[in-house]
Amino acid sequence: MESVGNLIVYAVIAIAIIVFSVLTVTTRKILRSATYLLFVLFATAGIYFQLDYEFLGAVQIAVYAGGILVLFVFAIMLTHQPGRDAQLLESRRRWLGILAAVLGVAVCAYALFSHSAMCAATLGQIPDFDIAQLGHWLLSTDKYGYLLPFEAISILLLACIIGGVVIARRR
Amino acid sequence: MNLNILMYLIPSLIMFGCGVYGFITRKNMIAIMISLELMLNAVDINFVVFNRFLFPGQMEGMFFTLFAIAIAAAETALALAIIINVFRAMRNVDITDINRLKF
Repeated sequence: MESVGNLIVYAVIAIAIIVFSVLTVTTRKILRSATYLLFVLFATAGIYFQLDYEFLGAVQIAVYAGGILVLFVFAIMLTHQPGRDAQLLESRRRWLGILAAVLGVAVCAYALFSHSAMCAATLGQIPDFDIAQLGHWLLSTDKYGYLLPFEAISILLLACIIGGVVIARRR
Repeated sequence: MNLNILMYLIPSLIMFGCGVYGFITRKNMIAIMISLELMLNAVDINFVVFNRFLFPGQMEGMFFTLFAIAIAAAETALALAIIINVFRAMRNVDITDINRLKF
């Protein structure tokens, strides 16, 4: 049995996610779209906090809301005149988009509801870990260690830095 | 009433559907990137929820989400650099007008 406060927090987060995701893809002003995306990302961080992954929620807010959204706003400001609306779409692609989205959601929802046995799983206690332990897992080469993906990510980030410099440089 | 796994998967499913819709119908390259971020975010939620409900003693989903967030940040930075460069060359970010790179 969950506490009522937990259920209320869940309802607020779920409604925020649904409403703001729809608004993100339907609004005609691009800056508003980025703002609604920010709300969606905050609600996602709320889910992580509610599921007891505080570190992940902090990473979500710092990287997504703090980093990626600022990049988006910079790019929008650099490429758009303020106040210009997006054009209305021609109807064929709009119906194609609605069809693809509804079909995908229907197939996934069917798969979810036909495996409703997993609904029996409820929120259990997770073994409490501290950030030091997370760092050990991230840098260990044991069975549940993540050293190889960690190094691969660092090489990817290096390639990304070099690529960003090369692409953005004025020729 | 208990919080079960479906109550978290359905908002993320709707978020993914919105991302697919925006990815197909938007014409602005930055708006397409925003839809892509929605889809990535829905997948991250799924990793965390499956990990937390079905395998609460392990941390695999959380690590996958950490790496996915890092990759998403790198990918967005590069894509926005490319978009700004395209804007510098064509004065436009509308994908219907940018067709010299298509084939």
